[in-house]
Amino acid sequence: MPPATQRASHKAAGARKPADARNAPIPKWELRLYVAGQTAKSLQAFANLKKICEEHLAGEYRIEVIDLLLSPQLAQGDQIFALPTLVRRLPEPVRKIIGDLSNTERVLVGLDLQPQRFGAGT
Amino acid sequence: MPPRKPKTPLTKKTSSATLPKCPTGIHGLDEITVGGIPRGRPTLVCGGAGCGKTLLGMEFLVRGATEFGEPGVCLSFEETAEELTSNLASLGFDLTTLIAQKKLAIDHVYLERSLIEETGEYDLEALFVRLGHAVDSIGAKRVLLDSPEALFAGLKDQSVLRAELRRLFRWLKERKLTTIVTAERGHNTLTRHGLEEYLSDCVILLDHQVTETILTRRLRVVKYRGSTHGMNEYPFLIESDGISVLPVTSMDLKYGVSNDRVSTGVPALDTMFGGNGYFRGSSILVSGTSGTGKTSLAAHFVDAACARGEKCVFFSFEESADQIMRNMLSIGIHLKRWVDQGLLCFHSVRPTTFGLEMHLVKIHKIIKQFGPSIVVVDPVTGLLHAGTAFETRSILLRLIDFLKEQQITAILTTLTSGSAAQEETESDISSLVDAWLLVRDIESGGERNRGIYILKARGVAHSNQIREFLLTNHGVELREVYLGESGLLTGSARVSQEAKDESAALMGRQEIERKQLLLQRKRKVLDSQIAALQLDLETEEQESRQIIMQEKLKVEKWERDRGEMAGSRFEGPHAGNGRAAKVNGGRA
Repeated sequence: MPPATQRASHKAAGARKPADARNAPIPKWELRLYVAGQTAKSLQAFANLKKICEEHLAGEYRIEVIDLLLSPQLAQGDQIFALPTLVRRLPEPVRKIIGDLSNTERVLVGLDLQPQRFGAGT
Repeated sequence: MPPRKPKTPLTKKTSSATLPKCPTGIHGLDEITVGGIPRGRPTLVCGGAGCGKTLLGMEFLVRGATEFGEPGVCLSFEETAEELTSNLASLGFDLTTLIAQKKLAIDHVYLERSLIEETGEYDLEALFVRLGHAVDSIGAKRVLLDSPEALFAGLKDQSVLRAELRRLFRWLKERKLTTIVTAERGHNTLTRHGLEEYLSDCVILLDHQVTETILTRRLRVVKYRGSTHGMNEYPFLIESDGISVLPVTSMDLKYGVSNDRVSTGVPALDTMFGGNGYFRGSSILVSGTSGTGKTSLAAHFVDAACARGEKCVFFSFEESADQIMRNMLSIGIHLKRWVDQGLLCFHSVRPTTFGLEMHLVKIHKIIKQFGPSIVVVDPVTGLLHAGTAFETRSILLRLIDFLKEQQITAILTTLTSGSAAQEETESDISSLVDAWLLVRDIESGGERNRGIYILKARGVAHSNQIREFLLTNHGVELREVYLGESGLLTGSARVSQEAKDESAALMGRQEIERKQLLLQRKRKVLDSQIAALQLDLETEEQESRQIIMQEKLKVEKWERDRGEMAGSRFEGPHAGNGRAAKVNGGRA
């Protein structure tokens, strides 16, 4: 799956651009958030994700939001079954976090962020 | 009647008013479920590991796509599309082509708990999206979920999962997708995670049991809302062309019967059956101890049938095809020519090669392919080694039912052990058959000879006599046994007795001839005597007549002379008066 098509296909939360703009070529963290329409849960998830990223990964991340209602064929590629799902595509290995990301602690564990950082964050 | 067609009337009966059904296309399952699984609803298929759940589901999709024009989607939680493709290739299903033709879509949902973190609220909308996308992309009518239970292992939040599954099944119903959901069997429940709570329209349970090292798979319809269905456990097979479930072919004894008769191939035996042989479509049991000529009798029947141009299948559980052909040649039956002409098909296999059901399915399959009008199973007791007596009986019952339904005349041979009562077959199948021939040994005078008699023949006025049964180099011959003063005589005893009788009869005949000759001679002698006497008589008569004539003439002459004398006396003195008057008076 070429990333270009993915980028082109979703504009749901429109949150990718600031991340892109800030970190020019390849950000260290590449995150994808899968949602289905702008439900309360998906908006909540995006807000939570944004907050965590800004807090822990400032300047090193990029978020793609994929709306499966618009491009359902993408669900299969990343093995998405629950929504919302956050996929950490980079750094490898790929990890998945499902839910509205309201439990920051679990999100950090899921993203495998450094414990020191984790400690510093709280 | 073609093989598996009760489908049509049955579906007609039920579908119109009550529940629309969706034929699975799986051999036998549609009969048990009386037309198929509920259309537009989910059906639960549960069973232990290795029971064939996935296979059943996949066959449902493949048959739907290929036979019923209903594309299908498989949402697989366990196997990838590649794995499924290669697994099903062994059953002759080409998934790659079906996928390319947009008749099938496989979506593998991969769940790895260690790679998934759950934070906060979520739902399984993505599954709906994926399924919906797959369904829409090919216009699917059928869905297989194999098995959503994997979600229980992948997700912590069971309450969400349950709610979502419930929503999923409802969604499937709303979209009118005929769905099979597979689930692992639990300890005391149908499924490990209680999926039966949500899927209660139709539940099919698969199971396998090993008895005496032979595995038997079984299928049971536990529940079917709004429809009748077969209640029993039905054995099923996974074979090179998919699943075959074996219902007792006719749950009601309703097969048509024929009044046609078919020759037994042995004229004398036909005579014993009232001159016409067996009924077409009947099942004939030939029982006897070993070496009594059961196979030969069957071979005769086959030979005669092939000669009439009918097709036969010979199932042998003891001898190879070549062996049978060679042995039958020794009694003058050329079976090979029929094989060469494609009228006869041998199927030889050891009974222990596989389980009874497998045997039955093989028999079914070969019969379906070959379409014979006559089938020989030699011996059915061979099947006993492949299962328990109870199972064998049930299999034989099904076999006989099946054969009758197909109007196939069947010869079943059974081997009775020497010690057991002759009129007892091991698996007690005698009550299932229409005619029963018993070939037995008759031991007397230091010889062992064969006798044959008809124990029963339903609907046929049959002979009650024992015939001696001879295997000659030109086939089986039946002889009347000799019933002498000392009882039954067979073999050489019969032959010598017959010879004695023959000579006695000959002597009798000669005596009669001699007497007749004598009589004739006597008659001739007497006749000639009569002729001589008659001749004598005639001569005598003639002589007498002559004498009489002469006497008469003499008298006349004398009288004339007297008259003349009297006349002359009138004229002469010497003539007396009285005398002359008298003469005168006489003349007046």
